[in-house]
This record gives sequence, C-alpha cells and structure tokens, in this order.
Amino acid sequence: MNVLRVILAVPEAVVVLAMPPLLMSVIAKTKARFAGRVGPPWLQPYYDLAKLVRKAPVHSRTTTWIFRAGPIVSLAALLTVALLVPVLTRGTPLGFAGDVILIAYLLALGRMFTVLAAMDTGSSFEGMGAAREVTFGAMSEPALFLSFVVLAVAGRSLELGRMVGAPPLGAWGPVGPAMVLVVGALLIVLITETCRVPVDDPATHLELTMIHEVMVLDHSGPDLAAITYGAALKFVLLGSILLHAALPHGGLPAWLDPPLRIAELAGLAVLVGVLESSLARLRLNRVPLLLAGATVLAGLATVLTLMRSTA
Amino acid sequence: MSAVGGRDRTLPLRQGQYVETSSVPTVPAEELGEHLVGSRERGGRLAHLFGRRMPDGSVVIYAFVAFDAEARFEVTASRVQPDANGRLTYPAVTPHWPAAQAFEREIAEQYGVHPLAHPWLKPLRYHATDDGTAAPWGPFDPERPIPGDYPFYRVEGEEVHEVAVGPVHAGVIEPGHFRFQCHGEEVLHLEIVLGYQRRGAERLLLHPNQTRALSVAETIAGDASIGHALAFCTALEALGQSRVSLRAAAIRGVALELERLANHTGDLGALCTDVAFLPSSSYLGRIRGEFLNVTAEICGNRFGRSLLRPGGVRFDIPPELAERLRVRLEELQRETLEVLDLMFSQSSVLARFEGTGVLTEHQADEIGMVGPAARACGCRRDVRCDHPHGVFQFSHIPMAVETTGDVYARAAVRWLEVRRSLEFLLETLGNKAEGPTFRPLGALRPSAMAFGVSETWRGEAMHVAFTDEGGDLAFVKAKDPSIHNWFGLALALRGVPVSDFPVCNKSFNLSYAGHDL
Repeated sequence: MNVLRVILAVPEAVVVLAMPPLLMSVIAKTKARFAGRVGPPWLQPYYDLAKLVRKAPVHSRTTTWIFRAGPIVSLAALLTVALLVPVLTRGTPLGFAGDVILIAYLLALGRMFTVLAAMDTGSSFEGMGAAREVTFGAMSEPALFLSFVVLAVAGRSLELGRMVGAPPLGAWGPVGPAMVLVVGALLIVLITETCRVPVDDPATHLELTMIHEVMVLDHSGPDLAAITYGAALKFVLLGSILLHAALPHGGLPAWLDPPLRIAELAGLAVLVGVLESSLARLRLNRVPLLLAGATVLAGLATVLTLMRSTA
Repeated sequence: MSAVGGRDRTLPLRQGQYVETSSVPTVPAEELGEHLVGSRERGGRLAHLFGRRMPDGSVVIYAFVAFDAEARFEVTASRVQPDANGRLTYPAVTPHWPAAQAFEREIAEQYGVHPLAHPWLKPLRYHATDDGTAAPWGPFDPERPIPGDYPFYRVEGEEVHEVAVGPVHAGVIEPGHFRFQCHGEEVLHLEIVLGYQRRGAERLLLHPNQTRALSVAETIAGDASIGHALAFCTALEALGQSRVSLRAAAIRGVALELERLANHTGDLGALCTDVAFLPSSSYLGRIRGEFLNVTAEICGNRFGRSLLRPGGVRFDIPPELAERLRVRLEELQRETLEVLDLMFSQSSVLARFEGTGVLTEHQADEIGMVGPAARACGCRRDVRCDHPHGVFQFSHIPMAVETTGDVYARAAVRWLEVRRSLEFLLETLGNKAEGPTFRPLGALRPSAMAFGVSETWRGEAMHVAFTDEGGDLAFVKAKDPSIHNWFGLALALRGVPVSDFPVCNKSFNLSYAGHDL
C-alpha cells in the first residue's frame, strides 16, 4: 500500500461519509416533484442531524444498557462495512479474501442490536416491529448471499472489491444474463434493507404499519441521529454494491470513477424516489413473496453461472 | 288489543312534522324489545333509542325506527319506573337487535337504568349518571383512569399478544383507545374505548340563544358542521312550523354537498397516504382545501360555520357568485375525477383495498350501520333519497351502493358520491330558486317533539327536540352517525392483519367527538 493510495483515501472517505444525507434529499426531492410540491431544502437532512446531535438523549427507566448500545453498535457495524465496500473507486481500504461473509454478518449484527434495543423497551409496537424486521431480514439474506455467489464466480474472487467490476467490461461478458437477475435481486434487497416503499414506508406516522421506524420510536437525540445517519449510509453502501455489480467501469480511466459513481448513486436515489411515488406499499403479508422472488432470481442466476463456469 | 309490534302502538312521523309529546304511544318497558323486533320485521331500522328523565324520577325511553322505503319514521315511548328497591330496570333490546347496544349503554350510563341481559354492558363515555346514582357496572369514580380500568374483552393463550393504541396518537387526531388482541399479525378482536371528548353537548344545545345553540350543534362533529346544523335547524323549524324558502334550502344543500366533497376527497387522499401512494395523496389533499375554500367564499368560513340558522341561511349566493362558483367547480370536477381515476386504476393501490376489512350486509344490518360504510355493504340507506327534505325533494341524488363491504367498496362509494355531488352542485348553482334567504322562526309549539335528520358525509345525523309547556326547548338528543358505525369498524378488523388497521380505520373515518357528544 503506497503513500499516494493512503492520501487519496482520505478525501474519498470524507465524501463517502458526507454524502448519505444528501442522497436522502435526492429521494425526498424526487418524491416532492411527483407530488407537485417543492420539497424540503437540499441540506435539510444535515440540519436535522445537527439538531438531533445537540439534544440530550432521553432513556426510559425500563431500558438497560442494550438500549443505549443499539444505535452505537449498529452505526459502528455500518462504518466497518464502509471500509470493505467499494464506493467511489474500485479499491477498498480493508478488503481481503472472504470479506463478503464479514459484510453480510456485520449488517446482521447491526440489525440484531437494533432489534434487541427495540425489544428492550418492552413496548408492544416495538416488539411487533422487531418481529417484522427479523422475519424480512432473514428472508432477504439468502438473496444477498446467492447474489454474492454469482459475483464471486464471475469475478473469481471472494473479496468484494475484486468480485464487482474488476475484469474489463465486468462480469457481464462471462456470465451474461445471470447478471440481469442478480441486479434485480440486489435491487429488492436494497429496498428491503433500507426500508423503502413498497416494503416499508419511511414517511408514515402509523405505528401499526411500520417496520423499521417503529423500532426506533424510543430513541432520541444523538442516538436517533446515529440511527438516521446509519440508515442513509446503509443506502449508500448497498447501493454501491448494486452499482458496482451492474455498471462495472472496466475500460474507463480510474480518475473518472468518483464523479461517475456519485452521479450513479444520485441516479439510484432518483430511481428509488420514482418507485416510491408510483407504487403503493405492499400489504405486509405480501412482502415475503417479494423477498422469495428475489431469492428465486438470485438462485436462478447462481445455477446459470455455475453451469456456465463448469461447462 | 293490538298485535305486538303493530302499527297502532307507534306514531308515524316525517321530517318537518311535530307531535304533542303526550300523543306518543307507549308500550310497557317489558315489551319494548318484542315491540321493536316487530317493527324490524316490518322493514324498520333502529335510528335512535334514547332516554329522558321525567320529573317523577322515572325514565322514558324513546325509540325511533326508520322505514326507509316508505320515507317515514315511527316513534314509540316506554316508561321505566323504579321498582320496589328504587332501581330502574327493563329487559334489554340488544339481545334481540344488536343495533341497540350503544344506545342502551348510553341510557344505562346517563340515568343508571339497567338493561337486563345486555350482552356488552360497559361504560360508553365514562361519566357520572345525571342524579349521581350508580350505573349498572358501579358508581363513577373520576379518580380512576379510563383504559386501565375498563373490562376489556381478552383472548387468552400462549401466542396471543395485546396491543394498546392511544388515547394519545402519533398523528394529530382525536383521542380514543384501541385494544387489539392479536395472534401474530392477525387481529382476533379489537375493542374501541371512547369517551375522552365528552363535552355535554346536548345540555349546551338548550342554550336560550339559538345562535349559541347552533354553534354547539356545528361542533358536535366539526367536520360535519353543516350536516349537524341542518338536522338541528330542521327539528327547530318543525317545532316552529316554519318552512324555509326554496332558495335557502338550495343554499343549505349546496353547503351540505360541499362538505361531503371536502371530506370524501380528503379521506380518499388519506387512504392513499396510508398505503404510501404519493401522487393521489397530495393532490387530493390540496383539492380538499379547494372545496373548503368554496364554502368559505359563500359564508366566510371553510367549514360553513354560522351559515345555517333556524329559519334559513345567513348568507345568500348572488347570481354572479353562483356563476363564479360554477366555473370553479367545473375546473375542480375535471381535476378531481382525473386524480381519482389515477388512484382507482393503480393495481398496487387496489391490491391494498380489495378484500381488506370486509363486513357483510347481514352484519351491517344487524348493528344498524349508516352512511357510506353501510352502503358499501349493500345496505340501501341514504337520508337524501329515503327521507328527502329541503332541496332534496326536488333534486334527487342517486344512491351510491357497493356490495363487497371492504375498504375498496367504502372508497368506491365515496368516489361515486363525489361524482354525483359535483353534478348536483353544478345543476343547483345553475338554478335560480326564489324566496328570502331567512325568515325568523316563530314561537315553538309547547309540549311538542320534532326531529331532523340529514345525510352528513358519514351518514345519518339526527336531532330530536322537545319543548316544555312554555314553548322553550326542554331536551335535545343529538346523534352522530359514528355511534352506529364504530362497532362496524371493530367487526371489520377481525381476521385482518394489524398493519391494515390504519387503512381500515381511515375508510370509515368516524368521529370521536360525535360519538362522545
């Protein structure tokens, strides 16, 4: 690892960490446009975070240290994932062979602590939200792993940074149509994991229908800021995995990567905004069907890829 | 000797008529249930059942049964006398006719009258009886919190869990407590406890200043101001034997339909919000405001407050304003129908509405539902068509009926009503009805009783007014359609995923204040 790489990694890290709330603004603005409104100011998510950080957290007397640890562990897990996922460039600061397993389970660790913190409050709403989150999380995991299998075979590596986008023209050449299925599966995983419509509705105030939002009802102040920021960061990280898999920049000069990736992430945010504006939310008992669909897509892609690579 | 439930023990009555209170036929309290079941078999629907304390300590129960196909009501009275122990009891009507359940709980709570064998005898609004005696479930203690101390129906079992919502909600809505008995995501039973909004409206309606009394009537359910004011005015006008002019009646009709449009579009938009369908939700929210603004152009208030008064209306719609409103409503008609077409053509929206919260026609009929929620189950009842009064005697609005009884049907009935109300408005604003807008009400008939019903956007509102020997108002009983329909919401939730409660609730959108009075 040379000095130049380290120096370059600093501004990249700054951009990657500063960008997530802005992408939430892109989604909000897209939705506002569809609704005939102007929407909140571009920097509103930053103002909200600044406001929350200044507040003192309120902790219910019925909660234990788990409730306090929940947001911190979740955010820490996501920050660690950020070191393993290629976002603006092809490289990752900490990538190693087999890091995909770590990524998947760091995401699961974050989820587990959010769920435990929710159950710690003893609220029936939060218990329901936790049950939903765990159910849907468990169902989206196979889709994520099967997608990783396809990418691993295509990239001939178990390191995420090399799995996606490494060979010229990317994985599209060798495994072809399987990639279409993987991109579909990853998009569904992205929407589920980031709690967007049609799986969850981040804008609702109705506790009985919520999945993710209901679990964090009792968090306040900096804890809530960590959760809000973490949700935005998760969107960037999972979105980057999707983009690197779908649009490998194989033949392009390396300096073009960061601006192109930023534009692609913004495009993805617009796409999510358009989806949210044109679809109603699924009935909750239909969500498993959507996730099963994602798993089937990824499974089909795996079969195709394995046949192709052994043939 | 008359047959039980026979016509000779009831008094037929139409809107606009008054009767001497003493001429209302009575049946013995022991036979009230049997008598009402007889009325039901002749095609009646229980419109109102309420008690009135007499000076001698007894309570007279008045039952209003509506015969919708024949455009008339029948009223019967029944006196409950204290027994040897000084207790007031009578055999309950509810076991024979579930539609009476809330009314009998109300009578028990107001006067301490025990309806024997009532299957669901629980406080309705949680207040003391009028003379401080104990209600059948015990004396009232203001120190005890309401939902914590309520005899909730409970489902027992390892896997059953209980979810409590409210009375303070996440949105800016009225207070009410909802208790779900759930098995996983499925609701086995929902119990709704209201009473947090009780203001004693019926007592305030007796204010000697009719303008003050009317503002109370308008705030029984604030989003149905016109509907309640209309029913109240109709009752007073019947007692004063005054007829409003055609012009005033037309303006009342315009205001009533504008209120319906504002609420129907607002609720359809809110249904879209609940299923996260953004475009229709925001456009319908804006259109609701436009309809409210049209009302404001007529009388200066978006909810039509102070537009009606006994004897007519306080604001005229001059021809140039009528023309301007017509142009605006034509524009709104185009926009509204376009947005509603978008909403009802989205398969993802329909997938959430269809089959959610189903009520059968039989259930709706048993519990005596009214309004769009009843019409969505196939019950044909609409005061504007069945008991036409005022402008609806001349302009008929076809009844909107659906049959599936789910959220979709309730939304579709409102969609149809939006269409038809707009057509009615454009036609009525084009007519040039004659007459003064206001004629002062004469003295009220002494010792008389009259009623007014109006089809608010939620259903039938009913006000019954009694005068004393001096011709002053002595007693008023108000009814908001919500009291019929809250039980319907509870029934509709059985077997539904708990996450579909908000969209079900919104499809009914019942009034808490109207229930609590």
